[in-house]
Parts: sequence; structure tokens; C-alpha cells
Amino acid sequence: MQNKQTEEQVLEILKQFKPEKSEILKALHALQNAHPLHYITEEAITQTARYFKLTTGQVYGVVTYYSMFSVKPRSPFIIRLCKSPVCYMKGSLNLWNYLSQKLLLNENNISSDDLFTLEPSECLGHCEQAPAMMINEQVFTNLSPKKIDQIIDDFKRKYHEK
Amino acid sequence: MKNDFPYISLKNVDKADLTKIENYLHFGGFSAIKQSLGLSADEIIDRIKKAGLRGRGGAGFPTGLKQSFTKTSCEVCLQKYVVCNADEGEPGTFKDRYIMEKNPFAIIEGMIIAAYAIGANKGYIYIRGEYEQAIRTMQAAIDDCYRYDWLGKNIAQSNFSFDIDIYIGAGSYLCGEELTLIESLEGKRGYPRIKPPFPAEKGLWQQPTLINNVETFSHIPFIINEGYEAYACIGTAESKGTKLFCVSGNLKQTGVFELPMGITLRELIYDVCGGMLEGFEFKAALLGGAAGTFVDASFLDVPLAYETLKQKGATLGSGAVMIIDQATNLKDLLINILEFFKHESCGKCVPCRIGTTLIYERCKKAQLLPDDINWLIQQTEYMSRNSLCPLGQSPILPVKSFFTYFNV
Ligand SMILES: Cc1cc2nc3c(=O)[nH]c(=O)nc-3n(C[C@H](O)[C@H](O)[C@H](O)COP(=O)(O)O)c2cc1C
Ligand code: FES
Repeated sequence: MQNKQTEEQVLEILKQFKPEKSEILKALHALQNAHPLHYITEEAITQTARYFKLTTGQVYGVVTYYSMFSVKPRSPFIIRLCKSPVCYMKGSLNLWNYLSQKLLLNENNISSDDLFTLEPSECLGHCEQAPAMMINEQVFTNLSPKKIDQIIDDFKRKYHEK
Repeated sequence: MKNDFPYISLKNVDKADLTKIENYLHFGGFSAIKQSLGLSADEIIDRIKKAGLRGRGGAGFPTGLKQSFTKTSCEVCLQKYVVCNADEGEPGTFKDRYIMEKNPFAIIEGMIIAAYAIGANKGYIYIRGEYEQAIRTMQAAIDDCYRYDWLGKNIAQSNFSFDIDIYIGAGSYLCGEELTLIESLEGKRGYPRIKPPFPAEKGLWQQPTLINNVETFSHIPFIINEGYEAYACIGTAESKGTKLFCVSGNLKQTGVFELPMGITLRELIYDVCGGMLEGFEFKAALLGGAAGTFVDASFLDVPLAYETLKQKGATLGSGAVMIIDQATNLKDLLINILEFFKHESCGKCVPCRIGTTLIYERCKKAQLLPDDINWLIQQTEYMSRNSLCPLGQSPILPVKSFFTYFNV
């Protein structure tokens, strides 16, 4: 798989949005989601700035403020595990440790097979079925180590089938 | 427990899939808009005031009053805006997601009526980025409204035009705070603005802006359709209508429940949710989220309403009811909450940036002595006096209530 985003691809995505300031976050989401490694590249930031008539610094400031955006390369799948009060009471810390060991994370929290990035998240708004996590845009609730095994295996299988 | 109350936010969601516009119309959807367009702006606002509707985003500010401020804040202005706050970042809260996924048109209908009342032509729904499903449902609902002429130019053949766009957040609790949300809507970092001016005077792009919570908007069609009397007879003396309670913890049933204001914690836990799960005992509850208050068993019979909780130093907040059982280590839970504030502090003002770290570190001490506890309370008081925005003013709520009821 191609792990890059070309200048043309970035422009193609930006053009879907009106060049108004209230469209910036949407554009950044789209850029990040389209990148195979789920992050916003330096080149994309520069192009975004030009498109919205801002300075590179301003766009960089926006990207680094919001926790859903990354300026570092990540992986095809981003796991966001909730560690807010309800999930915490229901053992999300153990699940964090379980996932870390299962995925053999490196110092950037990326799995040894480069498929998953594990990130902590604040309340995901699914507390009635805690503990909860998201993988990219999908939500998984009532988690247990066994359920996590299934979910991760599923993602791996589907990825390799493609 | 009172069983004879009408559902408002979740009206008819058990009867049909209300994400389909045909079904919403079948149950009389959008009739409140038709009625409103025949009323004057002041008549609408007057009805909202008389209904006693208070904002469901946490602070409980009277909605009609906010509408009249926004309506009258300028003689001639370029533009006014209506913003729906669907950022829902308060831990333990998931009701806005539920309304958006189950009853999207009621929110839009409420926004359209509010816009007509204050004279706005442009609206935004600010949804947190994690709510993929809600974003899709709301976008589809907006598209349907355009197709059926409930949005856009000359709504229902009137002179009134109104557009709505969705805005997608990107993971920041603070962006739920109204002025910070507006900064974020302008495509900037989510740093708070100094209040005043309030959004009603200078909001989005420095124009008058009405900002309300999802649940608040979803109540407006009912008030117009059924009349303010029908609304005002639900609830308590100062908290009218129904409320969505978000119940979580080790209970037989958890989830979002629409109930009249003033239901007690005991009714909620034992009648509505069927009691605690086998092997778990009620120990405490955290009401209103991380920026909420701890309560103990002495609160089981206190009505859950703004004024009754306030009298006892507690808060209803967003409607989060996190039930804590005997198996939970309370101090670890407090540390978890202080870590949340530390993480979400934006760093713009010193009392909050440094304060949230200091209280978190001190709370992690193996043994909290009376001196530590006094110091923690003093620090949060200091933060609440000197922080720029309500985030730094919040840790005092969980910290003070915690040490009022629990010894650790
Ligand atoms: C740190 C912080 C976070 C907030 N988050 C939210 C939120 O996620 N949703 C919301 O409706 N209100 C939130 N509020 C309250 C809003 O500032 C504002 O009071 C509310 O949107 C007004 O709507 P209402 O009058 O309908 O309640 C938050 C406030 C603070 C201080
Ligand atoms: S606390 Fe984890 S989803 Fe709310």
C-alpha cells in the first residue's frame, strides 16, 4: 500500500470544502482520514494554509490543539480506549495493559505489525456500556479481553484480505 | 414515582424510526414551525419563558431569557446565528448522542423556531468528532429538510429563510464551553474568550449568537404544540419539564431515561434501573459529570432538580448520574477525575494550567492528611476565583463535595 499523500491528492480533498474558516476542521478531518497512516503531513498543513489564506503557523496551531489530530505518522487503525471515570471504574486500565502487551507497542504506541496505534481517550459517550473504545470510526462497547481478541483479529484479517 | 408524563425529547421514538422524515411528519412533525410562523417573535419567546424551560447543557439558564437577549442585543446587525451545542464532552453524559440518533428532526425543528424568534438566518450544529453515527444521522436529516423545504429559502412558503451546517469537533472537552466552541467554529484553536461580552451580544464572528444544548432545542416543538401550561405542569417548582438522565455503573439497567424533573436517585436506581447488579452495593454517585458533585446515600431521596440539589450544595449539571459501588476505590476515582482536568486544561491561563497539575499530583500522595485536604480545597477555591474560564472554575465541585462526604 502507498503510504503517502501527493500534492494533487491533498488539493483534491481541499477542493471539496468552501475556502471559509468554518470549514477548516472538516478539511483537516478529511485529510487525516484519507492518509493511509492517519496523520496530517507537513505538506498538507502548508497546502491547507494556502487554501484557507492563513499562515502555516496558524494551521499548525489548530492541528496540534485538537487531540483527534496527529502530526506524527500513525497506522491504518487508531484505537482510542476510553479511560474516563465510568470506563475506568469498569477496568479500562487493565484493558490498556492487555492491549499494550497483545499489540507489542513501540515507544510511539504503534503495534509491532504497524497496523494499530493505541491512544487513551476521554469519555466517548458510551458509558452505559462501559468500557468502550473506538477503532477509526467504529465504536466497541462492553469490552473484555476476550472481546478485544476477536475485534483485533477481525481487523487484521480484513486488512490482509484486501 | 410519577408515571403520567409525556415524553418530550424522545417523543414517539419507541413507535417508529423517527430518523425518517416521513415518520416524523406522520406524527405531526414540523407542525410547531407552521404554528410559530403565524406568531410574532415576542409571542414565541413569551411562551418559552412561561414554560420555564431551562438550558440542558449544564448551567440551567432560562432559555426564553437568553432568546430575548439575543433578539434585542442589536438594532441593526449584519447577521445573527443559532448554534446547537452537540459537543457532549462531559464524562458520563451521552443523552445528546441519543437524541441525535433517535429524534434528529425535533432538534432541527427547535432550532428553526428559535432562529425565527431571534431573527437569525444561519445555524450550526457543533458535533464532537467521535460521534460518527450522530453526525451521519444529523446530516441526512438536514438533507431531508432541504428536500422538503423545511430548511433553505422561504420555509413553508413564509418570508423566513434559514440554513443549517454541521461542524465537526476534533476531541476537546473545553470546546463544549460556549465561547470556546465559537472560537473553534471560527476555525481556530479552542481557547476560551473572556466573558463578557456574552454570545448573545458578540458571538460567532462578533455577531449575536444564540447557543443552546441539543436537549434544550428538542423541547421547543413540544412547548409550541402542546402549550406552555402542559410543559410547566411537569417537574418541580423551579425545574420544569422532563430531563434525560444518563445512568451508568453496575446496575441491572443503564442508559438514557427521560423522566420528569424531580425524580429521586432512589427511584432512578431501584424503580427505573431495577437496582444494583448482584454483588454490588450503592456507595455514592457522581452527579453532572467530572465538573459535577459527589453525593452519598443521604441524597437518595433528594429530588433531582436544579434548585433542590443546589440547596444541598450539589448539581444536576448535564444529567449524568454515575453510580459508584462498594468495589470502587473512591480516591483512585478522584485522581482519575483530576487527571481529566489536567489533560483538558488548555494552558491559556496560569491558575488553571498549573493548578490542575498541582492538585492532581497532591491527590496522588499515598496518604492524604487533613493538611493535604485543606490545601486541595484551598487550591481549587483559588482556581475558581482566578481562572479565565469555567474549566478552571470546575474542579472545586468534585473536590469539595468529595471531602464533604468521604474520608480517605
Ligand atoms: C468546560 C465546559 C464544557 C461544556 N461542555 C458542554 C457540552 O458539551 N454541551 C453543552 O451543551 N454545554 C456544555 N457546556 C455549557 C455551555 O457553555 C453552555 O452553557 C450551553 O451550551 C448553553 O446551552 P443551554 O442554555 O441550552 O444549556 C460546557 C461548559 C463548560 C464550562
Ligand atoms: S466514561 Fe468511557 S465512554 Fe464515558
